[in-house]
Amino acid sequence: MINEKNINEGSLLTSGHTACAGCGQSLAAKLVIDASGKNTIVANNTGCLEVFSTGYPNSSWKVPFIHSLFENAAAVATGIESALTHLGKNEQINLIAQAGDGGFADIGLQAFSGLWERGQNVLTICYDNEAYMNTGIQRSGLTPLGTATTTSPGGNLKYKKNLVEIALAHNCVYVATASVHLPLDIQRKVKKAHSLKGAKFLHILCPCPLGWRSDTSKSIEIAKLSVETGLWPLLEYENGVLTNVRKLKSLSPVEEYLKLQGRFKHLFNSENGKKIIEEYKKIVERNVKKYNLLEETK
Amino acid sequence: MKQFLEGAVAIARTVSLCRPGVVAAYPITPQTHIVEELANLVESKKLNAEFINVESEHSAASCVLGASATGVRVYSSTSSQGLLLMTEVLFNIAGMRLPVVMCCVNRAVSAPINIWNDQQDIITVRDAGIILLFAENIQEACDLHIQAYKIAEDKNIMLPLIVNIDGYILSHGYEPVEFPSQELVDKFLPKYEPEYKLDVENPMTLGPLQGPEYYLESRYAIQDTMENEVMNKIEKVADEFTKTFGRKSFGFVEEYKLEDAETVFVAMGSICGTIKEAVDELRGSGEKVGVLRLITYRPFPKKILFDSLKKAKKVNVIEKAVSLGSNGILYTELTSLFYSRCVEENLPKFSGYVVGLGGRDVSKEEIIDIYKKNKDVEIEFLNIKKENLGSYI
Repeated sequence: MINEKNINEGSLLTSGHTACAGCGQSLAAKLVIDASGKNTIVANNTGCLEVFSTGYPNSSWKVPFIHSLFENAAAVATGIESALTHLGKNEQINLIAQAGDGGFADIGLQAFSGLWERGQNVLTICYDNEAYMNTGIQRSGLTPLGTATTTSPGGNLKYKKNLVEIALAHNCVYVATASVHLPLDIQRKVKKAHSLKGAKFLHILCPCPLGWRSDTSKSIEIAKLSVETGLWPLLEYENGVLTNVRKLKSLSPVEEYLKLQGRFKHLFNSENGKKIIEEYKKIVERNVKKYNLLEETK
Repeated sequence: MKQFLEGAVAIARTVSLCRPGVVAAYPITPQTHIVEELANLVESKKLNAEFINVESEHSAASCVLGASATGVRVYSSTSSQGLLLMTEVLFNIAGMRLPVVMCCVNRAVSAPINIWNDQQDIITVRDAGIILLFAENIQEACDLHIQAYKIAEDKNIMLPLIVNIDGYILSHGYEPVEFPSQELVDKFLPKYEPEYKLDVENPMTLGPLQGPEYYLESRYAIQDTMENEVMNKIEKVADEFTKTFGRKSFGFVEEYKLEDAETVFVAMGSICGTIKEAVDELRGSGEKVGVLRLITYRPFPKKILFDSLKKAKKVNVIEKAVSLGSNGILYTELTSLFYSRCVEENLPKFSGYVVGLGGRDVSKEEIIDIYKKNKDVEIEFLNIKKENLGSYI
């Protein structure tokens, strides 16, 4: 069992990197690579993860790791996969192309779309902390409605882009969502993804104390609430068919999730903010209905 | 035996002889025939390679970057807008010291959109840290491709290399081309075995973050490699090529009738054929004129250029690119070279001519006219038609 004492033991993403306290992404990345094992090659878009783990002459990565540019990890991974195929090693090595939300859903989406459409044998992962955190908390296409960022100081006016649906539209063999408060769930999904040949997509919500303006000790609690409010449903699709939904016994109020985060503070101080909170409740209603999130009462 | 082939097809078949393992490219005119032929060669199993249809030139360059980093020989080609879209990746490939070999089928840059030849595309990325070679004809384009891998993949070099050919003139033109045997190419080209690569047995981090304490040295290392290892290697490889294949390869420059030349034309690419004809005609009437054809543009062979040109009275730089708002770029670099080395007296005067942009034909007569008028100009756009200007300005 993973706990706070043994999580670094034998990890392929070693401690000593420079991620912030309470970073959801560093935890998720560690869980992913440890579930993937040492026969794995990682291609990484520019972003927090690459910056905090590869400051020359150090590196936290004990697997082959390549960072090239902000938007091209999917294309770089395509090249790696092709090279491995040429060398006859494709079947033996797990390949990951990973990015933050901006690197994945905005500037990198074209390359990920290309990878998915070609069905490259790669696990693509979006570590979603819902804004451009590495450059100072600017709004991305995955920033949720109402969120205050440095480029949407009055609150983001748009809804979060639905990456899961976009991946499904590309016929990915496996599409799943995950949350950092459930480490074994992440690792099971990673292993499942690697066991399938073709393009896979895992979308992990990663709390970011810096950008979410939350207490560093609350990251896991916030992650848990993201799921238990019904805002972040945990889903698994195989070949386009929904095969698994994490059911909830009951729904936690969305306010509990929003109140822990400074980025939503303004929603509680204005009439417009209240409307946005009502909108969040509608998002929950839609999720509950669409994915049948609630356990059936006996 | 010579075969009468289209330039693009001849290049693709030559690349195939070099056995790349991964080829990725995006369609763009006039480059497209090269990758189409490579796709045919892969499909018909004449070339054992992965051919990847990518979604953009940015991804084409990134794909070959990833494959090269995994230890496999790679190839791509592009033109114009495609090259500009790749620019970010090209700087990255050079910085990561990956010996990616490409062809740029030189074409004008938008706007206005224009698919015809000039060299503005490649000149715009001259500072990326890529070795840049320019072919005069189809045979040379093929010959430079074979040498390209040997230069780029040398373990003391490890830099990308782009062979430049003039769009349409060389890509779509037909010439009798001599192909070497596979056996001879295999003998000439060692296998690509990089010291550093993505390997689960020996994990490394490629493309790390470097702060001010290291970055300067990383960039200096490329400059140092360019000025030393690449300069040495190009000459050696050209000599070895000449010996192995029995066909002359020039390396840095071709000096054409320079011995006693008082006026020298300097140019790159296929236009040198036209200039040589003009020179032949002028020589026929007793004029002391020659051509210095620049083949290796990066690294810029400074000493060779200086020594070749210093005895001339007049140097006319003929180029198919311009730094808008300044001068022709080759003109600027040559005059700068002479200024920084002006220890000797009676140095030549330089004139700069920007010619043939967007595919405008340049005739032998126009070159002869440049010679005869013998103007002293920093920059002159040759053959500007005044009647066309009204609608532009």
